[in-house]
Amino acid sequence: MARKATIRNFHQAKWDEPVIFELSNKGERGILFPEIEDEIETLIGDGFATIPENMRRKTPPALPELSQMQVLKHYLRVSQHTLGADLNIDIGQGTCTMKYSPKINEKLAGQSKITELHPAQDESTVQGILEIIYKLDLFLREISGLDRFTFQPGGGGQAVFAIVSMIQAYHASNGESQQRDEIISTMFSHPSDAAAPTVKGYKIINIYPNEDGLPDIEALKEAVSERTAGLLITNPEDTGIFNPMIKEFTDIVHKAGGLCGYDQANANGILGITRAKEAGFDMCFFNLHKTFSSPHGCGGPATGALGVTKELVDYLPVPLVDCHNSNYSFNYNLPKSIGKVRAFYGTIPAILKAYSWIMNLGSEGLKEVSQVAVLNNNYLLNKILEIPGASAPYAKGRHRIEQVRYSWEKLYHDTGITTEDITNRMVDFGFHMWSSHHPFIVPQPFTLEPTESYAKAEIDEYIAGLKQVVKEAYETPEKVKNAPHRSVVHKINHDSLDDPERWAVTWRSYLKKQKK
Amino acid sequence: MDKKKKAFVHPYIPNSVPDVKAQMLKEIGVKDINELYEDIPANLRFKDKLDLPEPFLSEYALERHVMEILAKNKTCQEYLNFLGGDTWQHYVPAICDEINSRSEFLTAYAGEPYEDHGRFQALFEYASMMGELLDMDVVNVPTYDWGQAASTSLRMAGRITGRQEVLVAKNISPDRFLIIKNYCEPVVSVKLVEYDPKTGMLDLEDLKSKISSKTAAVYIENPSHHGIIETQGEKITEITHKNGAISIVGADPISLGVLTPPSQYGADIVCGDIQSLGMHMQFGGGLAGYIATRDEVKYVMEYPSRLFGITSTIVDGEHGFGDVMYDRTSFHDRVEGKEFIGTCSALWGITAGVYLALVGPQGMQELGQLILQKSQYAMKKISEIKGVKIPFQTSPHFKEFIVDFSSTGKTVKEVNKALLKKGIFGGKDVSSEFPELGNCAVYCITEIHTMEDINQLVQALKECLS
Repeated sequence: MARKATIRNFHQAKWDEPVIFELSNKGERGILFPEIEDEIETLIGDGFATIPENMRRKTPPALPELSQMQVLKHYLRVSQHTLGADLNIDIGQGTCTMKYSPKINEKLAGQSKITELHPAQDESTVQGILEIIYKLDLFLREISGLDRFTFQPGGGGQAVFAIVSMIQAYHASNGESQQRDEIISTMFSHPSDAAAPTVKGYKIINIYPNEDGLPDIEALKEAVSERTAGLLITNPEDTGIFNPMIKEFTDIVHKAGGLCGYDQANANGILGITRAKEAGFDMCFFNLHKTFSSPHGCGGPATGALGVTKELVDYLPVPLVDCHNSNYSFNYNLPKSIGKVRAFYGTIPAILKAYSWIMNLGSEGLKEVSQVAVLNNNYLLNKILEIPGASAPYAKGRHRIEQVRYSWEKLYHDTGITTEDITNRMVDFGFHMWSSHHPFIVPQPFTLEPTESYAKAEIDEYIAGLKQVVKEAYETPEKVKNAPHRSVVHKINHDSLDDPERWAVTWRSYLKKQKK
Repeated sequence: MDKKKKAFVHPYIPNSVPDVKAQMLKEIGVKDINELYEDIPANLRFKDKLDLPEPFLSEYALERHVMEILAKNKTCQEYLNFLGGDTWQHYVPAICDEINSRSEFLTAYAGEPYEDHGRFQALFEYASMMGELLDMDVVNVPTYDWGQAASTSLRMAGRITGRQEVLVAKNISPDRFLIIKNYCEPVVSVKLVEYDPKTGMLDLEDLKSKISSKTAAVYIENPSHHGIIETQGEKITEITHKNGAISIVGADPISLGVLTPPSQYGADIVCGDIQSLGMHMQFGGGLAGYIATRDEVKYVMEYPSRLFGITSTIVDGEHGFGDVMYDRTSFHDRVEGKEFIGTCSALWGITAGVYLALVGPQGMQELGQLILQKSQYAMKKISEIKGVKIPFQTSPHFKEFIVDFSSTGKTVKEVNKALLKKGIFGGKDVSSEFPELGNCAVYCITEIHTMEDINQLVQALKECLS
């Protein structure tokens, strides 16, 4: 008999798995180490003679004690309580670009020719990995139009921080770092675009959107002055709307003497379509763990690939990778370098996976990635607008790029069901649905980004799930309000997490507070 | 025969199939995909074809291409490796690789503590195990690396004390100093404290002369970048606290099975890298930073990182997880949040939890002891080579130690080139980073070095120096 339902009868794995400490049995061992050689023991003794009493650990750490299969079993069960992109139709994590991370790239990154390299090895012994770093640099130069890339930042946030550090160093070299103490960003850009500059002591001016959902250019004109150090902006913003005035934005900031940094976390819809260079940016970054397919890893490891124009190369963190006559080497000779933001050269597995992904697709493939991502998004947009209670604020009747920020405001007014409630009930169908960064400018927001990785039928399945939850919101709201019902656990009690008397970030803290 | 241009259909792009594409376009009433880009002004449209190499569309050709490039690398399995310094060669249990390559953990990201309950639990368990190792009650979801962890710890201290100067030991990692300097300045100024040229440990007199009521924190690493165990921990934290400053200690967690955890000699914030706990070196790509403190509101409120807490659900007996004090992060307030938070190194945190669960308390003790014994054996044998000195031989060490080649007539560079020919990666050249030490290298010995490996090194050194 054929499967009729478009909505699956999903239930997440539910192992009722204890916290690992509860599985501990004194004396069990998970792994053994080699024994010390007799000759060394005879010559050296137990190794503690030279360690003064006050530096010898007295009580062993109270780590759990489990045998090997038991550790494996525990973590495998816990993994089943995690909904990775490989398992679900992960179009509900907007801005995250939950595309396919090809397994061939995992296989390549797991080779000992990558994993067993020490970063301080003689350059002659690591020509292979240096070649990959250098070539990825060349690819991103072409994709962005900028002149030099570093992969040192370990994520988008750290790339923003590196950009801000360079902006400051640039103005300092012109004797203007005291004068220029303001950074401009927009409310629909990533929070890190505002937060990272505060670390360097900058005052932030946030540009709010106008009624079209675009950052208000009049507000920008008012915001610039001789105090402007720079602009940090995402485009398309999280609304999925491309700012057609983006070049005017960078012109305005340049005229005021500031530098422009492009947060290209949202690049998936524009590869080979439009570039940082022509939009007038001095610096940009891409998330290799978003557009360029490196896996998200529950929140890293990751890379914020940072590019600059040739005027700013000297400010980059060291080292860069140079190529002369097919010989690759490190270049630490950047006279105005900000120093370092992270040890060594970057998240090497992410760099390798991005390189391999680009080498598999080529320029035609990259353009196809973007075009299909945009097609998928507009197809999804069309369907969402048919759902009662849903809307897509701004840009009415217009197309979007790779994602859309929607609103459940009507649904909320009709039923009292919030976007958070919908998220919790979508979980019962094996879906994520993310709301928005704070603050919620769009009321009751939800942000969906299909990418190029999901089939039409999968997008249809997601929509069917959403429709079902909306139906319940109107007809049986209690079911949605009390969700989830088919997940790993039931509704979580959050209030203890904000109470110093009750919060517990570790098991030992939890046990202490339980006793009280 | 006329070769018709095949439509570009790619395994990673299901809707690249022409019929499906056409159907979707029809449904949304669009004739050409270019219409979807109509908001991008013509002068910003990239009209050329991206100048990228011809792709390897088949997986086989792609694999072969990349493997060809990787074949140019020489690994620490093919060569005997004695390099350390900010990333180290330790044994990675097979279970660690098994768990961090599972699709569920590998491809999850930012879901709720329902459908991603496992992600929260795995990271809570990691923090809990680190808490036991460090003897502290609060541990963050990992940050980028030790350098970031130390930098954030220093800025936390700045905010807690309201002061804008920090003192940092000169014998910490030079790269970490660069990271700290860039992260602290211009808001917080960074001053160096000298180390004693005889012991290699912190110069307490210099510390006393530099600390004041302007000092927010004193930061040391234990063991130091030179592998020396700082035995004056109590005195250092005493001096620090007497001046109203916060004591921060950077510690390699793999040492804490045998060495006293810094919280027990007065450290307020402890930080470091967890790479040694189950991450392959990956050419420096296996880094993740930890920050730990006591469970006091004034510390908890200053973390920029996420902190995962355990709680209950509406069903008795269920463990739920969630963010502790989420409102302090930049996710909640883009300007008033503490520093910034984003994607860092979560998968490595999960891996470190797996590692600690496998190794357990006995294993951490045995491991630490192995490293002590083997590195002391290596120190002894190397010190017996003519011309070679171990400058801080009388100080206790863990894992790493300085070897001084100044009296051999050869530079570290020359020695290492010669060792390379013998299939050995010699110790890290620190002669330019620490010129006061002379012609020195830092050698790293871990549990992966057998006695034969060490003897091979000693023999090779003898030959290179003769």
